[in-house]
Amino acid sequence: MTVFGYRLPAMSSLLVWGLLWEIIGRLGLTFFIPPLSEVIGTLFEIIGTPAFLKALSETSYAFFSGVTISIVVGIPVGILMGKSRLLDELLLPWVNIFLSAPLTALVPVLMVLFGFGMTSIIITTTLFAIWIIILNARAGVMQINRSLVEMGRSFGASPLDAFFKIYLWAALPEILGGVRIGIIRAVKGVIIGQLLISIVGFGALFELYSSNFLMSHFWAVLIVLFALAFSISELLAYLERRVAYYAAKR
Amino acid sequence: MKGIIVAMPQTEATMKKQTSAAPDSAVSVRNVSKNYGTVEALKNLSLEFPRGQLTSLLGPSGCGKTTLLKIIAGLLQPTSGRIEVNGAEVEGPGPDRAFVFQDFALLPWASVIRNVAFGLELRGVAKSERESIAERYIRDVGLTGFEHSYPHELSGGMRQRVGLARALSVDAQVLLLDEPFSAVDEQTRRKFQEDLLSLVKHENKTFIFVTHSIEEAVYVSDQIAILLPRPSRVSEIIRPTGFRHKDVDSIRRDPEYLDIVDQIWASLRSYVE
Ligand SMILES: Nc1ncnc2c1ncn2[C@@H]1O[C@H](COP(=O)(O)OP(=O)(O)O)[C@@H](O)[C@H]1O
Ligand SMILES: [Mg+2]
Repeated sequence: MTVFGYRLPAMSSLLVWGLLWEIIGRLGLTFFIPPLSEVIGTLFEIIGTPAFLKALSETSYAFFSGVTISIVVGIPVGILMGKSRLLDELLLPWVNIFLSAPLTALVPVLMVLFGFGMTSIIITTTLFAIWIIILNARAGVMQINRSLVEMGRSFGASPLDAFFKIYLWAALPEILGGVRIGIIRAVKGVIIGQLLISIVGFGALFELYSSNFLMSHFWAVLIVLFALAFSISELLAYLERRVAYYAAKR
Repeated sequence: MKGIIVAMPQTEATMKKQTSAAPDSAVSVRNVSKNYGTVEALKNLSLEFPRGQLTSLLGPSGCGKTTLLKIIAGLLQPTSGRIEVNGAEVEGPGPDRAFVFQDFALLPWASVIRNVAFGLELRGVAKSERESIAERYIRDVGLTGFEHSYPHELSGGMRQRVGLARALSVDAQVLLLDEPFSAVDEQTRRKFQEDLLSLVKHENKTFIFVTHSIEEAVYVSDQIAILLPRPSRVSEIIRPTGFRHKDVDSIRRDPEYLDIVDQIWASLRSYVE
């Protein structure tokens, strides 16, 4: 975008919104919105505190466990579904149901089954992420050029070789697309899980801040989470573009 | 002209005559039928492929050429009948046959050298060994200097050279080529045809070559099997012998070449509306 002939750097519109926030905060219309400068001050204050670091490490642990399970289980299941009619018929309805299901409503059930702790949060994260990863891996395998499959067969590829040397790579752009959306959903999953279970990680922090009306703390943590989620998604989009470069040429 | 063109309606008698005339077949197709659901793609087709020669399967599109080639490759199961390679029945793909695909079937994420060596990689040949073999065939097909390029950086003709080098490097006795030059421009195609002739001469392999171009078939083949539309069978077998020893440049002006092209056109014409 250009204004009065000057090229503005990307996302400079954020400055305008930040300014608006600051003004509304200064006006003191509601205790719910402290000025942005105060929030940012608080952000630097709490970012090194043990409570924050503990929340961050617990959240990362739940997040990475959930994402790892989703990827390690989801990709092979998706590829197998794309390759086997039987498995596909068996699993596809469930995958579709869970993909569109209101998973938040399941969290209380998970708490009953797995207790009020880390396990439930990891499972929630996994449930948010895994279905789209499965579906995309499946779609990726189904669009593989038929002659590439026949090439593997005619040169005597073992099933394992065909999987690791052909299918996985040929489906990689779709798989990574699924992983990217899956990870973004996992961010939601891990936060929602924590908020509902609310005794670990940022859930506990949010609970603490909001029940004590520490609004600038609340917003500071929220900004950190938004920034983290956004960076993760941008990083993945960047990786995906690199892979798509080859994908477009296939 | 007599004796060059052998009319061969498929009967038991001519089958016997043919097998006794060409005893050394690398590949035999015996009474093969193939149905896709209710579609009869091939019906009771028999054909011998002499060792060390190039046989073309020529016919209008949709007549079952690809189907027959894939059955020989072991990629498709015939509905009935059998295929023999060196006297052993074909039950699936095997190291004695290598396939060159119409759309190249290269790995887009792999360099030229890895693509050429991929057949050997799947057979568990060590990396240094398979790459030195691949380098030799990359040179043979004229792609030296492109070892580390990727398929999307190459022209269609160069990609097909990669496909050809991959098939050559596994050193199979039978090469199956499914319209390998159809996605390639005319000049490149002519160069390919000349290269193919010298390959047949020097490689001592049996080539089975699918094409729908009459000129191409007559130019490169030792034997041409003309397939007629569904359910497909061999209507004629033609052996252009007179100009095989000639210089590649003068073949297209050879009277026998022109006669055979005309003759094939005359027999195919009625199937083209
Ligand atoms: N997988 C398939 N399912 C149904 N019909 C097919 C299939 N493959 C080929 N056919 C049919 O079989 C016939 C022969 O096909 P093909 O062998 O590809 O012919 P060609 O290679 O000579 O053009 C065509 O009529 C085609 O429509
Ligand atoms: Mg075909």
